[in-house]
Amino acid sequence: MTAVTPDGQAAPAAPTEDVLRVEHISKRFGAVTALRDINLHLRQGEVLALLGDNGAGKSTLLKILCGFQQPDGGRIVLNGQEVTMKSVDHARELGIDVVYQDLALVNQLSVYHNMFLKRERVRWPFLANKEMRRIAREHLDELGVNIPSVDVDVAKLSGGQRQAIAVARAVFTDAKVLLLDEPLAAMGAKEAAMILDLVRDLKQRGDVAVIIIAHNYGQVLEISDRINLLQHGEITFDKASRDTSVTELNDIVIEEYRRALAERHKSA
Amino acid sequence: MSDTAERTSASVGGPPGGPVGGAPRGPLRRAAVLFMQQREATVFLVVVLLIVYFGFISPLGRATFFTKLDLINVSQIAGPIIIIAIGEVFLLICGEIDLSVGFTYTFAPFLMHYLIDFYGVPGIPAILISLAMGLAVGWVNGFLTVTVGLPSFVTTLGTGFALQGIMLITSHAEQSAIPVQVQGIGHWIGTFAWAEFGWAVFFAFVFHLVLRRTRWGLHTIAVGGNQLGAQEAGVNAARIKYGNFMLTATLGAFVGIQVAFQTSVIDPSSGGYTPMFYSVAAAVIGGTAMLGGSGTVIGAFLGSIMLAVLTDGFNVIGVSANPLPLIFGAAILLAMVANVQFARLRERGRAL
Repeated sequence: MTAVTPDGQAAPAAPTEDVLRVEHISKRFGAVTALRDINLHLRQGEVLALLGDNGAGKSTLLKILCGFQQPDGGRIVLNGQEVTMKSVDHARELGIDVVYQDLALVNQLSVYHNMFLKRERVRWPFLANKEMRRIAREHLDELGVNIPSVDVDVAKLSGGQRQAIAVARAVFTDAKVLLLDEPLAAMGAKEAAMILDLVRDLKQRGDVAVIIIAHNYGQVLEISDRINLLQHGEITFDKASRDTSVTELNDIVIEEYRRALAERHKSA
Repeated sequence: MSDTAERTSASVGGPPGGPVGGAPRGPLRRAAVLFMQQREATVFLVVVLLIVYFGFISPLGRATFFTKLDLINVSQIAGPIIIIAIGEVFLLICGEIDLSVGFTYTFAPFLMHYLIDFYGVPGIPAILISLAMGLAVGWVNGFLTVTVGLPSFVTTLGTGFALQGIMLITSHAEQSAIPVQVQGIGHWIGTFAWAEFGWAVFFAFVFHLVLRRTRWGLHTIAVGGNQLGAQEAGVNAARIKYGNFMLTATLGAFVGIQVAFQTSVIDPSSGGYTPMFYSVAAAVIGGTAMLGGSGTVIGAFLGSIMLAVLTDGFNVIGVSANPLPLIFGAAILLAMVANVQFARLRERGRAL
């Protein structure tokens, strides 16, 4: 497990270094163009923050990347090979896993059952609960996720703990690309810190590249290597996180808002 | 049941603020707390109280309740309810219900009779085909619910009526005798006095393990608890639902054949909505949530026994059967209220 240190440069790297490349992806829903022409790349072990206002197309892009929806045009290149993801399961097989905002956890099941859902260890005909419990515990410890017991029902956990379980589950198998949909939304400072630590740990392990969709610039600037800004279905901004600031990002978004407002006034 | 116990004991000693905190002092107190933490504890207590009342307190009951004949009677009432309730528990947990199971029950022995007497099919294959009819009905229920997208309440209401119609048309609403060819095996399926209860205990044991210890059970709970989430995790929700519809209908067919053997007649008025509602009631009394996601076979087993003891007990002490539905109604509502309250108590018990 050699940690790949991203160089932090926004300039496109050699294609072989990219785990994932998205080229000219577009998506329309009837008359609405959700994604116009998306180009982005993700390097080995990199954390890419995808920012943008509501309705900018972040979620659509994510759904395409995880195989939930098919793009109208463009191509996705994974580890140098063009792929067409037929389903979420297929994407997972290819090594792209997603943590939805709804987390896809079952409240009525214990932490370890949730972590092994659909990937259960079985000693036929019964579930190998002891083994799953042990592995889940080890895995969570390794990731530094702090929960009192893997035996409790997920319903009893806090929002941050639930998010952590969902993330831990996604990287459980060998996900190469992890997509996190607003993992920090509706989360207290302490819980957000827990998730940020978790992402940082993943980064340190170096074998998973992460795309985080987020609203809060400050938080993602801290853990991401690079920032992409999504506006009106296009990536309009691509910079290393250390070369930008919350102020700059805010200015871009606000300026765009003003321009849109001015244009509306003009046409009115 | 054991699952909960395991979880509890496994998490004792967690850091403070965890879901299970300080262990109560004294083994008795601890046992009591452990007992009350079981979802089925309430029903179990009620069953014990009812048995104590009918068997020891009521003067008439004291003389008869514990006689062999009467115990057999209770077991024969409880057996069929338990077996159907097992199916309903699986369906309710994954968020569905089967209202048609009582008519699969009615039709199965008729089909067995037609196959043997009109088509010359040997006894055991005829029974197996009748059980397979249950599988087919379950598949249709699954298809209409899962694939077509009707609510299972509507689907099974329709298939139930349809089955009843088929049964009435083909039988001309007349009783039939048990074919001679199957009377031998019938002894072990339903004629033998303890057959109902024996099969019920066997099925309850097997399906308790299926629910608590296998992938099928885990996925059933997952689909009922959070269908979208389970699907996002890769669980095939359709397959789970189809399977549980097929399980329920097949158990219904089995019970229909069993009761025909027990009563020595194939009766168009047997089955129907009554056993279905009893079994759903038993499941609910036993703590199965109508909204899916939770429920236990043990609870449904105890709920069935509770209903059987009530039915038989009122018989024994000579009360007319008329107030029975009223008592059942009250029992169901009380059980639900108790379940909700005890769930809160349990939560608090864990938090302490």
